[in-house]
Amino acid sequence: MRSKTALGHVRGLGSARTGAHHWWLERLTSVSTLVLFVWFFVSILRLPDMGYETVTTWLRSPLNAVPMLLFILSTFWHIKLGMQVVWEDYVHESTKVFAITLTNFLVIGVGALAFFSVLKIAFGAEAQ
Amino acid sequence: MSRNTSRPLSPHLTIWKWGPHMLVSILHRVTGSGLSVVGGIALAWWLVAAASGEEAYGKFTGFLTEGWGMWAGLVVGIGLTWALFQHTFSGLRHLAMDIGAGFELQTNKFWAQMTIVGSVLATALLWFYILEVK
Repeated sequence: MRSKTALGHVRGLGSARTGAHHWWLERLTSVSTLVLFVWFFVSILRLPDMGYETVTTWLRSPLNAVPMLLFILSTFWHIKLGMQVVWEDYVHESTKVFAITLTNFLVIGVGALAFFSVLKIAFGAEAQ
Repeated sequence: MSRNTSRPLSPHLTIWKWGPHMLVSILHRVTGSGLSVVGGIALAWWLVAAASGEEAYGKFTGFLTEGWGMWAGLVVGIGLTWALFQHTFSGLRHLAMDIGAGFELQTNKFWAQMTIVGSVLATALLWFYILEVK
């Protein structure tokens, strides 16, 4: 068994059928993030100020909260996919697995914080 | 994958003459990683502050509008927006190249340069608008 090369071990087993999936999702999320980001950017620039009342009132509207939630989902998904590729290219073996796992945990953690915050504002009571 | 260290490696980064396409390629990764860490945290920080009530949000905006926090915010803000424009433009260039366009030497070099020109111009225009017009 030892005499086989790495290529020899996998040759003939057929493709895993998921080879292009990661690549394709990275492109898809890049486009969705771009579209949602342009919306976010223009919306922020059009707000009269960045004060508490203005921002929370803006996020309370479903037409702003939903694109914002999609923007967060799309962005953090794209971050997860992109950072994975960077780790894969520059760190190796067990360090790579550790780095990717830690990145995934952090991305989900920070993304969940952002996502929940929007929900909390959107579902929150109107300011008195 | 284990590598036999007695075997030579193929020629790597250090021996090639640098061109705009190489710079833009690595900038795409650098700005992407930077945006992931700094941009991701900044976005979450802003939203968590807004969800934590008026006082918490006041502390957040107060930090970014007074003293050294303002200067830190300005430097990080300008850095983030430049990284964003650079990543967006080089990302669009990658999407075009993914469909097989723009590989001719001159075209490739031109658009590589244009992503940098575009990102610097867009950043300058945006901050002029924020600081002078708004």
